[in-house]
Amino acid sequence: MIGLVNSVLAAFACDMLGEADWAAVAATAGLRSARIEPMFAYDDAITARLLDALTARTGQGQAALLEDLGTYLVCHPATAAVRRLLRFGGTDFCDFVHSLTDLPDRVRLALPDLVLPPIAVTEAATGRFAVVAGAGLPGLDHVLTGLLRAMADDYGTLALVEHDGRAIRVSVAAADFSQGREFRLTQGAAG
Amino acid sequence: MTQLSPAALTALMPMHVLADPSGVVVGVGPTLARLCPASPLQGRPLLDALTFRRPHAPRSLTDLLDHAGKRLSCSLRDPPGTAFKGLAVPVAGGGALINLAFGIGAAEAVARHGLGAADFAATDLTVEMLYLIEAQGLAMEEWRRLSRRLDGALSVAEAQALSDPLTGLANRRALTEAMARLSSAGLPYGLIHMDLDRFKLVNDSLGHAAGDAVLGAVARVLRAELRQDDLPARLGGDEFVLLLPGQTDVPRLSRIADRIIARIEEPVPFEGEVARVSASAGIALGSGRAAPEAVLAQADAALYSSKRAGRARATVHPDHAA
Repeated sequence: MIGLVNSVLAAFACDMLGEADWAAVAATAGLRSARIEPMFAYDDAITARLLDALTARTGQGQAALLEDLGTYLVCHPATAAVRRLLRFGGTDFCDFVHSLTDLPDRVRLALPDLVLPPIAVTEAATGRFAVVAGAGLPGLDHVLTGLLRAMADDYGTLALVEHDGRAIRVSVAAADFSQGREFRLTQGAAG
Repeated sequence: MTQLSPAALTALMPMHVLADPSGVVVGVGPTLARLCPASPLQGRPLLDALTFRRPHAPRSLTDLLDHAGKRLSCSLRDPPGTAFKGLAVPVAGGGALINLAFGIGAAEAVARHGLGAADFAATDLTVEMLYLIEAQGLAMEEWRRLSRRLDGALSVAEAQALSDPLTGLANRRALTEAMARLSSAGLPYGLIHMDLDRFKLVNDSLGHAAGDAVLGAVARVLRAELRQDDLPARLGGDEFVLLLPGQTDVPRLSRIADRIIARIEEPVPFEGEVARVSASAGIALGSGRAAPEAVLAQADAALYSSKRAGRARATVHPDHAA
């Protein structure tokens, strides 16, 4: 797995716990250095060990931790680029939820080494979605849960997002609930 | 043929222009209208509102429609002069429908006009193109950062390197560190400072590759003639220093130097030619806690004596001469 995933995890952990605790987590996971090289390839097992060490350190459940990571990806200034790239997926939140189907292909176009499993989206009734992440990247479903909550907020949509153990259930209550955050197709003064 | 309503036309082609048979603009897509709010296209002669490069300077709608189905190039005549590619087709009852697009300048046009995803038809790939530009830019920036870090690491590694890349012998840094270790431990050593004779001549007459071959041959001689614990070093150019820990027997050091000089004088074949050099040497001893610089300076002075005395010989510094 490309180091980018681990480096996001590192930024998230540093932000939550501080650099010293992150260094301890990295050491527990068996990394020689707390510094992650985003474009280098890392063994998949390292990501799993980092997550386990981080979970143990925070005392939080891993699912909750991964949901926070998903929210962090959208909301934190350090990952503003991720939020922007996600916003290209749709003009409104429902559009965005559908675009998750394309996410693995979109990611691959940008970074051929970052392989995401397929993501299935079904809209059973208008504004009611089931999102299922395929096997291959354990925990992706929980990250998506947090990410979807934050993106609903970003679009100014009021939506209920819950992981029921099999799928992420998304129910849109009010599409234009609030102003949402501004998004421009090209980066100018405002994101 | 199915007649499209203006609403359908707008949804499918938000950047279209519709001209009536007389060439006057009677319909403008909403996105195109956004580009030039100060000078609306509506109601103007099409050929006045747009400047065409391809086809070149059409004089009538007929000229333009001669180009129907082929790619058009045009731009707004008024500021900001945005450029388009496009396609014109005749419409029933005369007149022309022209669909425009930004083409390769899309990112700039989107930024300049503050367009959003809703300004493009859902089938238009402009937004995907902007996504790709941004994603690739981020990936490229990450590669650049990595490359800068690796560059920095390389410089550090080079600065910390202990060997001469050409010959694989120790470099000046490794030599002075080894001498410092010996003198801080109070261990004596012999030092032979050596300089090649006629090396410049080889470089000038046979080229630098021949010079490099000679340096490689000298390195092989030094390795063969010295003991495992001795340290042959190349200080750069044709300058070598041999550090012999525990070897303070002056006559013996002289014999070692003479033997090495004799072997360096053996011809070195190079691409059908033969390179011949010799060497001059200066010998000094490091004893007790003598500073490495001082011992090197003594060996250098002795080397200078060898050169003055006619080269191709070894001289012992007077402080250590028997």
